[in-house]
Amino acid sequence: MPRYFTEEHEWIEVDGDTATIGITDYAQEQLGDVVFVEVPQTGAELAKGAEAAVVESVKAASDVYAPISGTVLEGNAALEADPELVNTSPDDEGWFFKLTVADKDELEGLMDAKAYKAFCDSL
Amino acid sequence: MSDTDTEDTLPERLPLDAWHRDHGARMVPFAGYEMPIQYAGEHGGIVAEHNWTRQSVGLFDVSHMGQLTVSGEGATAALETLLPGALSTLKPGNMRYSLLLDENGGILDDLIVTNISRDGVEEFYIVVNGAVKWDDIAHLREHLPDDIVLNHMADQALLALQGPKAAEVLDSIFPGVAEQLSFMQGTGFEWEGVMIGVGRSGYTGEDGFEINCPASHVVKLADLLVADGRVNPVGLGARDSLRLEAGLPLYGHDLTTETDPVSAGLLFALTKSRRESGGWMGHGPVAQVLAEGPKQKRVGLTLEGRQPGREGALVFSGDTQVGTITSGGFSPTLGHPIAMAYVDAEFTQEGTPLDVEVRGKRLPAKVAPLPFVPHRYHRKGA
Repeated sequence: MPRYFTEEHEWIEVDGDTATIGITDYAQEQLGDVVFVEVPQTGAELAKGAEAAVVESVKAASDVYAPISGTVLEGNAALEADPELVNTSPDDEGWFFKLTVADKDELEGLMDAKAYKAFCDSL
Repeated sequence: MSDTDTEDTLPERLPLDAWHRDHGARMVPFAGYEMPIQYAGEHGGIVAEHNWTRQSVGLFDVSHMGQLTVSGEGATAALETLLPGALSTLKPGNMRYSLLLDENGGILDDLIVTNISRDGVEEFYIVVNGAVKWDDIAHLREHLPDDIVLNHMADQALLALQGPKAAEVLDSIFPGVAEQLSFMQGTGFEWEGVMIGVGRSGYTGEDGFEINCPASHVVKLADLLVADGRVNPVGLGARDSLRLEAGLPLYGHDLTTETDPVSAGLLFALTKSRRESGGWMGHGPVAQVLAEGPKQKRVGLTLEGRQPGREGALVFSGDTQVGTITSGGFSPTLGHPIAMAYVDAEFTQEGTPLDVEVRGKRLPAKVAPLPFVPHRYHRKGA
Protein backbone atom coordinates (compact mmCIF):
# COMPACT_ATOMS: atom_id res chain seq x y z
CA MET A 1 0.00 0.00 0.00
CA PRO A 2 1.40 3.40 -0.87
CA ARG A 3 2.49 5.62 1.95
CA TYR A 4 2.68 9.39 1.56
CA PHE A 5 4.33 12.01 3.74
CA THR A 6 3.80 15.71 4.46
CA GLU A 7 6.19 18.47 5.45
CA GLU A 8 4.30 18.53 8.77
CA HIS A 9 5.72 15.05 9.41
CA GLU A 10 2.53 13.08 9.00
CA TRP A 11 2.27 9.83 7.11
CA ILE A 12 -0.78 8.77 5.12
CA GLU A 13 -1.25 5.18 4.12
CA VAL A 14 -3.87 4.67 1.43
CA ASP A 15 -5.79 1.42 1.00
CA GLY A 16 -8.49 1.86 -1.64
CA ASP A 17 -10.69 4.71 -0.40
CA THR A 18 -9.41 4.57 3.15
CA ALA A 19 -6.45 6.51 4.48
CA THR A 20 -4.72 5.88 7.82
CA ILE A 21 -2.87 8.85 9.27
CA GLY A 22 -0.14 9.05 11.85
CA ILE A 23 2.95 11.06 12.67
CA THR A 24 6.42 10.01 11.62
CA ASP A 25 9.29 8.71 13.67
CA TYR A 26 11.03 12.04 13.10
CA ALA A 27 8.00 13.86 14.54
CA GLN A 28 7.72 11.69 17.64
CA GLU A 29 11.45 12.08 18.22
CA GLN A 30 11.06 15.86 18.11
CA LEU A 31 8.02 15.81 20.41
CA GLY A 32 9.57 13.59 23.02
CA ASP A 33 7.54 11.57 25.51
CA VAL A 34 3.89 11.70 24.45
CA VAL A 35 1.46 11.85 27.39
CA PHE A 36 -1.87 12.61 25.75
CA VAL A 37 -3.50 12.28 22.34
CA GLU A 38 -6.92 13.51 21.31
CA VAL A 39 -8.20 11.93 18.11
CA PRO A 40 -11.16 13.18 16.02
CA GLN A 41 -14.69 11.86 16.45
CA THR A 42 -15.99 9.23 14.06
CA GLY A 43 -18.04 10.93 11.37
CA ALA A 44 -16.25 14.26 11.61
CA GLU A 45 -15.80 15.92 8.23
CA LEU A 46 -12.30 17.24 7.92
CA ALA A 47 -11.13 19.67 5.28
CA LYS A 48 -7.51 19.48 4.19
CA GLY A 49 -5.45 21.53 6.64
CA ALA A 50 -8.09 21.51 9.41
CA GLU A 51 -7.16 20.71 13.00
CA ALA A 52 -7.72 17.00 13.35
CA ALA A 53 -5.92 15.83 16.48
CA VAL A 54 -3.91 17.08 19.42
CA VAL A 55 -0.73 15.48 20.67
CA GLU A 56 0.82 16.56 23.94
CA SER A 57 4.26 15.60 25.09
CA VAL A 58 5.81 16.40 28.45
CA LYS A 59 7.31 19.40 26.70
CA ALA A 60 4.57 20.88 24.56
CA ALA A 61 1.21 20.63 22.84
CA SER A 62 1.01 20.25 19.06
CA ASP A 63 -1.80 20.14 16.55
CA VAL A 64 -2.09 17.46 13.92
CA TYR A 65 -3.76 18.77 10.79
CA ALA A 66 -5.73 16.73 8.27
CA PRO A 67 -3.28 16.20 5.41
CA ILE A 68 -6.18 15.46 3.05
CA SER A 69 -9.94 15.99 3.20
CA GLY A 70 -12.26 13.22 4.26
CA THR A 71 -14.73 11.77 6.75
CA VAL A 72 -13.31 10.25 9.91
CA LEU A 73 -13.98 6.51 10.07
CA GLU A 74 -12.23 5.82 13.35
CA GLY A 75 -9.82 7.34 15.82
CA ASN A 76 -7.22 5.09 17.43
CA ALA A 77 -8.85 4.31 20.77
CA ALA A 78 -5.69 2.61 22.04
CA LEU A 79 -3.98 6.00 22.29
CA GLU A 80 -6.27 7.07 25.11
CA ALA A 81 -4.79 4.52 27.50
CA ASP A 82 -1.37 4.22 25.84
CA PRO A 83 -0.36 7.54 24.30
CA GLU A 84 3.26 6.36 24.42
CA LEU A 85 2.44 4.11 21.42
CA VAL A 86 3.15 7.26 19.39
CA ASN A 87 6.76 7.04 20.62
CA THR A 88 7.22 3.29 20.56
CA SER A 89 5.39 2.50 17.32
CA PRO A 90 4.79 5.73 15.37
CA ASP A 91 4.53 3.98 11.98
CA ASP A 92 2.17 1.25 13.07
CA GLU A 93 0.29 0.88 16.39
CA GLY A 94 0.57 4.60 17.09
CA TRP A 95 -1.65 5.61 14.15
CA PHE A 96 -4.00 8.52 14.88
CA PHE A 97 -7.11 8.17 12.72
CA LYS A 98 -8.58 6.71 9.54
CA LEU A 99 -10.67 8.58 7.04
CA THR A 100 -12.39 8.04 3.72
CA VAL A 101 -10.48 9.82 1.01
CA ALA A 102 -12.70 12.57 -0.40
CA ASP A 103 -10.47 13.58 -3.27
CA LYS A 104 -7.61 11.40 -4.48
CA ASP A 105 -6.12 14.37 -6.32
CA GLU A 106 -5.09 15.75 -2.94
CA LEU A 107 -2.54 12.94 -2.70
CA GLU A 108 -0.68 14.45 -5.62
CA GLY A 109 2.19 16.54 -4.46
CA LEU A 110 2.68 14.63 -1.22
CA MET A 111 6.11 13.08 -0.72
CA ASP A 112 7.00 9.42 -1.01
CA ALA A 113 9.30 7.76 1.52
CA LYS A 114 12.45 8.65 -0.39
CA ALA A 115 11.50 12.30 -0.84
CA TYR A 116 10.48 12.53 2.81
CA LYS A 117 13.81 11.12 3.96
CA ALA A 118 15.62 13.70 1.82
CA PHE A 119 13.35 16.38 3.31
CA CYS A 120 14.23 15.32 6.90
CA ASP A 121 17.93 15.16 6.05
CA SER A 122 17.73 18.74 4.85
CA LEU A 123 16.32 20.00 8.18
CA MET B 1 9.86 25.90 27.83
CA SER B 2 8.83 29.19 26.40
CA ASP B 3 11.93 31.10 27.41
CA THR B 4 13.33 31.44 23.96
CA ASP B 5 15.72 34.27 23.47
CA THR B 6 13.88 37.45 22.66
CA GLU B 7 17.02 39.42 21.82
CA ASP B 8 18.18 39.67 18.25
CA THR B 9 21.66 38.57 19.21
CA LEU B 10 22.71 34.98 18.69
CA PRO B 11 22.58 32.78 21.75
CA GLU B 12 25.85 32.40 23.60
CA ARG B 13 27.58 29.09 24.10
CA LEU B 14 28.10 27.51 27.49
CA PRO B 15 31.55 26.33 28.56
CA LEU B 16 30.19 22.78 28.25
CA ASP B 17 28.61 23.35 24.81
CA ALA B 18 30.71 20.79 22.95
CA TRP B 19 30.43 18.35 25.85
CA HIS B 20 26.62 18.50 25.66
CA ARG B 21 26.66 17.89 21.90
CA ASP B 22 29.07 14.97 22.36
CA HIS B 23 26.57 13.50 24.81
CA GLY B 24 23.76 13.72 22.27
CA ALA B 25 22.06 16.83 23.59
CA ARG B 26 19.41 18.61 21.61
CA MET B 27 20.29 22.27 22.08
CA VAL B 28 17.65 25.01 22.27
CA PRO B 29 17.92 28.75 22.91
CA PHE B 30 17.12 29.57 26.53
CA ALA B 31 17.96 32.65 28.60
CA GLY B 32 20.37 33.88 25.95
CA TYR B 33 22.30 30.60 25.70
CA GLU B 34 22.12 27.45 23.67
CA MET B 35 21.20 24.89 26.27
CA PRO B 36 20.54 21.15 26.32
CA ILE B 37 16.81 20.45 26.57
CA GLN B 38 17.31 16.68 26.57
CA TYR B 39 19.87 14.05 25.63
CA ALA B 40 19.78 11.14 23.21
CA GLY B 41 20.45 7.52 24.03
CA GLU B 42 19.24 4.85 26.38
CA HIS B 43 18.86 7.18 29.39
CA GLY B 44 17.83 10.20 27.33
CA GLY B 45 14.45 11.87 26.93
CA ILE B 46 12.63 14.08 29.41
CA VAL B 47 10.77 11.33 31.27
CA ALA B 48 13.79 9.01 31.48
CA GLU B 49 16.03 11.87 32.67
CA HIS B 50 13.38 12.97 35.15
CA ASN B 51 12.98 9.48 36.62
CA TRP B 52 16.74 8.95 36.71
CA THR B 53 17.11 12.08 38.84
CA ARG B 54 14.41 10.89 41.25
CA GLN B 55 16.03 7.43 41.53
CA SER B 56 19.77 8.04 41.14
CA VAL B 57 21.63 11.23 40.18
CA GLY B 58 21.17 13.78 37.39
CA LEU B 59 23.89 16.21 36.31
CA PHE B 60 22.56 19.58 35.17
CA ASP B 61 24.55 22.37 33.56
CA VAL B 62 23.25 25.63 34.99
CA SER B 63 26.18 27.77 33.92
CA HIS B 64 23.75 30.22 32.29
CA MET B 65 22.82 31.43 35.75
CA GLY B 66 24.45 34.56 37.09
CA GLN B 67 27.08 34.05 39.77
CA LEU B 68 27.85 37.22 41.68
CA THR B 69 29.80 38.22 44.73
CA VAL B 70 29.06 41.26 46.86
CA SER B 71 31.78 42.27 49.28
CA GLY B 72 33.25 45.05 51.36
CA GLU B 73 32.70 46.61 54.73
CA GLY B 74 28.98 47.14 55.16
CA ALA B 75 28.02 44.60 52.46
CA THR B 76 25.61 42.85 54.85
CA ALA B 77 23.68 46.00 55.65
CA ALA B 78 23.80 47.21 52.05
CA LEU B 79 22.35 43.96 50.68
CA GLU B 80 19.67 44.00 53.37
CA THR B 81 18.29 47.20 51.84
CA LEU B 82 17.56 45.21 48.66
CA LEU B 83 16.64 41.74 49.98
CA PRO B 84 13.72 41.06 52.35
CA GLY B 85 15.58 38.29 54.18
CA ALA B 86 17.95 38.81 57.11
CA LEU B 87 21.63 38.48 56.24
CA SER B 88 22.98 39.72 59.58
CA THR B 89 21.84 36.44 61.15
CA LEU B 90 23.02 34.28 58.26
CA LYS B 91 26.16 32.53 59.47
CA PRO B 92 29.18 32.09 57.21
CA GLY B 93 28.70 28.90 55.20
CA ASN B 94 24.92 29.17 55.29
CA MET B 95 22.65 29.85 52.33
CA ARG B 96 19.25 31.51 52.10
CA TYR B 97 16.58 31.80 49.42
CA SER B 98 15.73 35.43 48.82
CA LEU B 99 14.24 37.88 46.35
CA LEU B 100 15.02 41.11 44.58
CA LEU B 101 11.95 43.32 44.75
CA ASP B 102 11.11 46.56 42.97
CA GLU B 103 9.65 49.67 44.64
CA ASN B 104 6.14 48.24 44.20
CA GLY B 105 6.99 44.95 45.86
CA GLY B 106 7.02 43.18 42.49
CA ILE B 107 9.52 40.35 42.11
CA LEU B 108 12.54 41.21 39.95
CA ASP B 109 14.18 37.85 40.56
CA ASP B 110 14.58 35.05 43.06
CA LEU B 111 18.03 34.01 44.17
CA ILE B 112 20.16 32.05 46.61
CA VAL B 113 22.62 33.98 48.74
CA THR B 114 25.49 32.31 50.62
CA ASN B 115 27.47 34.05 53.33
CA ILE B 116 31.11 33.46 52.32
CA SER B 117 32.60 36.00 54.75
CA ARG B 118 36.03 35.05 56.06
CA ASP B 119 38.45 36.61 58.49
CA GLY B 120 36.04 39.42 59.24
CA VAL B 121 35.67 40.42 55.57
CA GLU B 122 32.00 40.57 54.61
CA GLU B 123 31.28 38.72 51.37
CA PHE B 124 28.23 37.08 49.82
CA TYR B 125 27.94 34.71 46.87
CA ILE B 126 24.66 35.10 45.00
CA VAL B 127 23.21 32.94 42.25
CA VAL B 128 20.53 34.63 40.13
CA ASN B 129 18.47 33.52 37.14
CA GLY B 130 20.20 33.53 33.76
CA ALA B 131 17.41 35.28 31.87
CA VAL B 132 17.48 38.36 34.09
CA LYS B 133 21.06 38.39 35.35
CA TRP B 134 22.03 41.55 33.44
CA ASP B 135 19.02 43.40 34.86
CA ASP B 136 19.89 42.13 38.33
CA ILE B 137 23.47 43.33 38.01
CA ALA B 138 22.27 46.77 36.87
CA HIS B 139 19.76 46.92 39.74
CA LEU B 140 22.34 45.91 42.34
CA ARG B 141 24.97 48.29 40.98
CA GLU B 142 22.49 51.16 40.94
CA HIS B 143 21.39 50.64 44.51
CA LEU B 144 24.49 49.39 46.29
CA PRO B 145 26.89 52.04 47.64
CA ASP B 146 29.92 52.68 45.44
CA ASP B 147 32.36 51.22 47.95
CA ILE B 148 30.60 47.85 47.92
CA VAL B 149 32.23 45.59 45.34
CA LEU B 150 29.89 43.74 42.96
CA ASN B 151 31.67 41.07 40.97
CA HIS B 152 30.10 39.04 38.15
CA MET B 153 31.92 35.70 37.96
CA ALA B 154 31.41 35.50 34.21
CA ASP B 155 34.02 32.77 33.75
CA GLN B 156 32.62 30.52 36.45
CA ALA B 157 30.64 27.43 35.44
CA LEU B 158 27.87 25.94 37.61
CA LEU B 159 26.77 22.31 37.73
CA ALA B 160 23.95 20.81 39.75
CA LEU B 161 24.25 17.23 40.95
CA GLN B 162 20.78 16.14 42.05
CA GLY B 163 19.22 12.94 43.31
CA PRO B 164 19.09 10.51 46.22
CA LYS B 165 22.57 9.19 45.48
CA ALA B 166 24.17 12.61 44.94
CA ALA B 167 25.90 12.58 48.34
CA GLU B 168 27.46 9.16 47.71
CA VAL B 169 28.71 10.31 44.31
CA LEU B 170 30.11 13.56 45.65
CA ASP B 171 31.80 11.68 48.46
CA SER B 172 33.63 9.44 46.00
CA ILE B 173 35.10 12.49 44.25
CA PHE B 174 35.48 15.00 47.08
CA PRO B 175 35.68 12.83 50.22
CA GLY B 176 34.21 14.37 53.34
CA VAL B 177 32.50 17.34 51.67
CA ALA B 178 28.94 15.99 51.69
CA GLU B 179 29.00 15.00 55.34
CA GLN B 180 29.95 18.48 56.50
CA LEU B 181 26.99 20.06 54.67
CA SER B 182 23.34 20.16 55.62
CA PHE B 183 20.68 21.45 53.19
CA MET B 184 21.41 25.12 52.40
CA GLN B 185 25.02 25.08 53.53
CA GLY B 186 28.05 25.64 51.35
CA THR B 187 31.81 25.37 51.42
CA GLY B 188 34.81 25.99 49.20
CA PHE B 189 38.09 24.17 48.65
CA GLU B 190 40.94 23.76 46.23
CA TRP B 191 40.75 21.16 43.47
CA GLU B 192 43.23 20.71 40.62
CA GLY B 193 44.78 24.06 41.48
CA VAL B 194 41.54 26.06 41.37
CA MET B 195 38.94 27.02 43.96
CA ILE B 196 35.57 25.37 43.67
CA GLY B 197 32.44 26.02 45.68
CA VAL B 198 29.87 23.43 46.72
CA GLY B 199 26.45 24.18 48.16
CA ARG B 200 23.93 21.58 49.29
CA SER B 201 21.03 22.96 47.31
CA GLY B 202 19.21 22.63 44.02
CA TYR B 203 15.89 22.98 42.30
CA THR B 204 14.57 19.45 41.92
CA GLY B 205 13.26 18.70 45.42
CA GLU B 206 15.94 16.03 45.81
CA ASP B 207 19.04 16.07 47.93
CA GLY B 208 21.89 17.45 45.89
CA PHE B 209 24.66 19.91 45.34
CA GLU B 210 25.47 22.89 43.19
CA ILE B 211 29.13 23.00 42.27
CA ASN B 212 30.82 26.05 40.82
CA CYS B 213 34.24 25.94 39.24
CA PRO B 214 36.20 27.96 36.67
CA ALA B 215 34.97 27.37 33.10
CA SER B 216 38.47 26.12 32.28
CA HIS B 217 37.94 23.09 34.55
CA VAL B 218 34.29 22.28 34.00
CA VAL B 219 34.77 19.69 31.25
CA LYS B 220 37.10 17.78 33.51
CA LEU B 221 34.63 17.97 36.38
CA ALA B 222 31.64 16.95 34.25
CA ASP B 223 33.61 14.00 32.82
CA LEU B 224 34.57 12.91 36.30
CA LEU B 225 30.95 13.06 37.47
CA VAL B 226 29.37 11.16 34.57
CA ALA B 227 32.14 8.54 34.70
CA ASP B 228 30.23 7.39 37.78
CA GLY B 229 27.53 4.99 36.56
CA ARG B 230 25.04 6.50 38.98
CA VAL B 231 25.19 9.85 37.14
CA ASN B 232 23.59 10.80 33.81
CA PRO B 233 23.33 14.24 32.22
CA VAL B 234 19.86 15.77 32.45
CA GLY B 235 18.51 18.62 30.35
CA LEU B 236 16.26 21.61 30.83
CA GLY B 237 13.10 19.68 30.02
CA ALA B 238 13.41 17.41 33.05
CA ARG B 239 14.71 20.29 35.15
CA ASP B 240 11.36 21.97 34.51
CA SER B 241 9.22 18.90 35.28
CA LEU B 242 11.26 18.15 38.42
CA ARG B 243 10.95 21.66 39.84
CA LEU B 244 7.24 21.73 39.01
CA GLU B 245 6.68 18.50 40.96
CA ALA B 246 8.70 20.02 43.81
CA GLY B 247 6.36 23.05 43.79
CA LEU B 248 9.24 25.43 43.14
CA PRO B 249 8.34 28.58 41.24
CA LEU B 250 10.18 29.51 38.06
CA TYR B 251 11.09 33.13 37.49
CA GLY B 252 9.47 34.65 34.41
CA HIS B 253 6.55 32.26 34.75
CA ASP B 254 5.35 31.83 38.34
CA LEU B 255 7.18 34.92 39.55
CA THR B 256 7.25 38.25 37.72
CA THR B 257 7.19 41.95 38.56
CA GLU B 258 3.39 41.55 38.53
CA THR B 259 3.59 39.14 41.47
CA ASP B 260 4.56 39.88 45.05
CA PRO B 261 6.12 37.55 47.64
CA VAL B 262 2.91 37.20 49.66
CA SER B 263 0.72 36.18 46.72
CA ALA B 264 3.53 33.93 45.52
CA GLY B 265 3.52 32.05 48.82
CA LEU B 266 7.12 32.97 49.57
CA LEU B 267 6.61 34.30 53.09
CA PHE B 268 9.52 32.17 54.28
CA ALA B 269 11.78 34.43 52.22
CA LEU B 270 10.67 37.43 54.29
CA THR B 271 12.45 37.15 57.61
CA LYS B 272 9.82 37.70 60.32
CA SER B 273 11.47 40.60 62.12
CA ARG B 274 12.05 42.37 58.82
CA ARG B 275 8.39 42.07 57.73
CA GLU B 276 7.65 44.71 60.36
CA SER B 277 10.90 46.63 60.62
CA GLY B 278 11.18 47.05 56.86
CA GLY B 279 14.23 48.81 55.51
CA TRP B 280 14.16 46.92 52.21
CA MET B 281 12.97 47.95 48.79
CA GLY B 282 9.32 47.12 48.24
CA HIS B 283 8.54 46.80 51.95
CA GLY B 284 5.62 49.27 51.98
CA PRO B 285 3.53 47.62 49.27
CA VAL B 286 4.42 44.11 50.53
CA ALA B 287 3.44 45.04 54.11
CA GLN B 288 0.12 46.25 52.77
CA VAL B 289 -0.55 42.93 51.02
CA LEU B 290 0.44 41.17 54.24
CA ALA B 291 -2.00 43.27 56.26
CA GLU B 292 -4.90 43.05 53.83
CA GLY B 293 -4.28 39.53 52.58
CA PRO B 294 -3.45 38.80 48.93
CA LYS B 295 -6.18 38.97 46.28
CA GLN B 296 -4.74 35.91 44.58
CA LYS B 297 -2.41 33.17 45.75
CA ARG B 298 -0.11 30.74 44.02
CA VAL B 299 -1.53 27.24 44.43
CA GLY B 300 -0.98 23.76 43.08
CA LEU B 301 -3.59 22.16 40.83
CA THR B 302 -3.96 18.52 39.95
CA LEU B 303 -5.90 17.82 36.77
CA GLU B 304 -8.08 14.82 36.01
CA GLY B 305 -7.27 12.79 32.91
CA ARG B 306 -3.99 13.07 31.04
CA GLN B 307 -4.18 16.34 29.15
CA PRO B 308 -1.92 19.00 30.69
CA GLY B 309 -3.03 22.56 31.33
CA ARG B 310 -0.11 24.80 30.50
CA GLU B 311 1.06 28.33 31.16
CA GLY B 312 -1.66 30.83 30.27
CA ALA B 313 -4.59 28.42 30.62
CA LEU B 314 -7.52 30.06 32.42
CA VAL B 315 -8.91 28.64 35.65
CA PHE B 316 -12.66 28.72 36.31
CA SER B 317 -15.07 28.18 39.16
CA GLY B 318 -18.34 27.56 37.37
CA ASP B 319 -18.58 30.26 34.73
CA THR B 320 -16.33 32.71 36.53
CA GLN B 321 -12.68 33.01 35.70
CA VAL B 322 -10.84 32.91 39.03
CA GLY B 323 -7.24 32.41 37.98
CA THR B 324 -4.54 31.57 35.44
CA ILE B 325 -2.00 28.77 35.20
CA THR B 326 1.58 30.05 35.32
CA SER B 327 3.29 26.71 34.73
CA GLY B 328 1.92 23.29 34.09
CA GLY B 329 2.72 19.97 32.57
CA PHE B 330 2.57 16.24 32.97
CA SER B 331 4.09 14.82 36.15
CA PRO B 332 6.21 11.76 35.28
CA THR B 333 6.36 10.75 38.96
CA LEU B 334 2.62 10.98 39.59
CA GLY B 335 1.38 10.01 36.13
CA HIS B 336 -1.08 12.86 35.76
CA PRO B 337 -1.01 16.56 34.89
CA ILE B 338 -0.08 19.14 37.53
CA ALA B 339 0.12 22.91 37.45
CA MET B 340 0.79 26.02 39.45
CA ALA B 341 -1.73 28.82 39.16
CA TYR B 342 -2.60 32.17 40.68
CA VAL B 343 -6.16 31.85 41.91
CA ASP B 344 -8.51 34.27 43.72
CA ALA B 345 -7.92 33.84 47.46
CA GLU B 346 -11.42 32.49 48.22
CA PHE B 347 -10.81 29.50 45.91
CA THR B 348 -7.40 28.47 47.25
CA GLN B 349 -8.52 26.02 49.93
CA GLU B 350 -7.03 22.57 49.42
CA GLY B 351 -9.46 20.34 47.53
CA THR B 352 -11.46 23.19 45.97
CA PRO B 353 -12.85 21.90 42.67
CA LEU B 354 -12.00 24.15 39.71
CA ASP B 355 -11.90 23.82 35.92
CA VAL B 356 -9.03 24.55 33.59
CA GLU B 357 -9.80 25.65 30.06
CA VAL B 358 -7.64 23.89 27.49
CA ARG B 359 -8.46 24.31 23.80
CA GLY B 360 -12.01 25.33 24.51
CA LYS B 361 -12.64 22.37 26.83
CA ARG B 362 -13.02 22.47 30.59
CA LEU B 363 -10.82 19.98 32.41
CA PRO B 364 -11.73 19.21 36.05
CA ALA B 365 -9.01 20.13 38.53
CA LYS B 366 -8.52 20.40 42.29
CA VAL B 367 -6.43 22.70 44.44
CA ALA B 368 -3.56 20.58 45.76
CA PRO B 369 -0.88 21.18 48.37
CA LEU B 370 2.65 22.05 47.23
CA PRO B 371 4.98 20.31 46.76
CA PHE B 372 3.26 17.67 44.63
CA VAL B 373 6.15 15.28 45.29
CA PRO B 374 7.69 15.48 48.78
CA HIS B 375 11.09 17.16 49.13
CA ARG B 376 13.93 14.91 50.16
CA TYR B 377 16.45 17.50 51.30
CA HIS B 378 19.20 16.42 53.65
CA ARG B 379 18.83 18.15 56.98
CA LYS B 380 21.32 17.27 59.66
CA GLY B 381 19.70 15.75 62.69
CA ALA B 382 16.52 15.17 60.72
